[in-house]
Amino acid sequence: MKSNPVYRVATKILFAPIILFGLYVQFHGDFGPGGGFQAGVIIAAAFILYGIVFSLKEARRLAPPKAVFGAMVIGVTLYAGVGVYTWLRGGNYLDYNFIDYYDPAHGQHLGILLVELGVGITVTSVMLALFFAFAGYQPTGEAEDEGGDDV
Amino acid sequence: MTGVMINIFLVSSMVAIAILVLKTRKLFAAIVMTGAYSLISAAMFVNLDAVDVAFTEAAVGAGISTVLLLAAMARLPAEEKAVKMFSLGPLVMVSLVAILLMIGIVNLPPFGLAETPVHTHVGPRYLEESYRDLHIPNVVTTVLASYRGFDTLGETIVIFTAGLGVLVLLNGKTLSRKPKRNLPHHVLKIKAEEKPQTKTTSKSKAGK
Repeated sequence: MKSNPVYRVATKILFAPIILFGLYVQFHGDFGPGGGFQAGVIIAAAFILYGIVFSLKEARRLAPPKAVFGAMVIGVTLYAGVGVYTWLRGGNYLDYNFIDYYDPAHGQHLGILLVELGVGITVTSVMLALFFAFAGYQPTGEAEDEGGDDV
Repeated sequence: MTGVMINIFLVSSMVAIAILVLKTRKLFAAIVMTGAYSLISAAMFVNLDAVDVAFTEAAVGAGISTVLLLAAMARLPAEEKAVKMFSLGPLVMVSLVAILLMIGIVNLPPFGLAETPVHTHVGPRYLEESYRDLHIPNVVTTVLASYRGFDTLGETIVIFTAGLGVLVLLNGKTLSRKPKRNLPHHVLKIKAEEKPQTKTTSKSKAGK
């Protein structure tokens, strides 16, 4: 698909707005529909589009697998870490009121924001990891670089 | 009335797509049609005022899962193998499950009844307290991330584990560029390494 200029140009135009929309869904989830799960999927979709139109190799250059695997862990750790932090502040696990003693509502805001961010990071990276794993899978164990082209 | 008409249209298109998916032998067509099915069910969720669920269904069901299935399909033959259309065992099983589901549906409270546990248990409390205490307009988000934070943590861990499982099964080839052994499967690889060492295994071990 790389040879077709229509796909190539369309992808380059769409890539940034898709990620921007994903970030909007991520951080606007308190006020409108959306949240970490949806935003994660949307941001992953931008990278997957890139990987389908260009090659899997290019997508891996854009989102290195090691960074993707790292992000999987970082997301879950961020979520669980918010819980541990509220513990340390003297509250129950994931009781965001204790993030800010003077203004519990603010603590809730911050807690929800961080937790949703953790969800978003995990979902994005897991979706990307799944795509890389499926698209790059070679049953014979041969070189896998052109795997993305026939998707 | 319009809502009912829209629902009838959406449900009948979903049934039509389901029948087409069953009928077709081409995997590509089947996958694209499941994507369309998800999109229509997303429209139905919008009609039911469940925008968050509709959003998720459109993004995950119609978007990502279609792409992932297509990526997996690239490794499969393009057409499904023809199978015998009639067999007694599955028919009995499906009929039994259908009867059980019908019994369950009959015992459900009437649609939209205000006195059901769903509407009288914790729901009203969340609706009343959410904005007063948290100052966040979207109740779905507060329930998901704050009131039911533990559940969402569990969900996130489920997604993480699913990703981990797929990576382990597909041998982590995405991590290292050069394949270490010629075996397709991680479990097979471990099995092979238990065997007395052949020339290739010792070579690959030296390579590590």
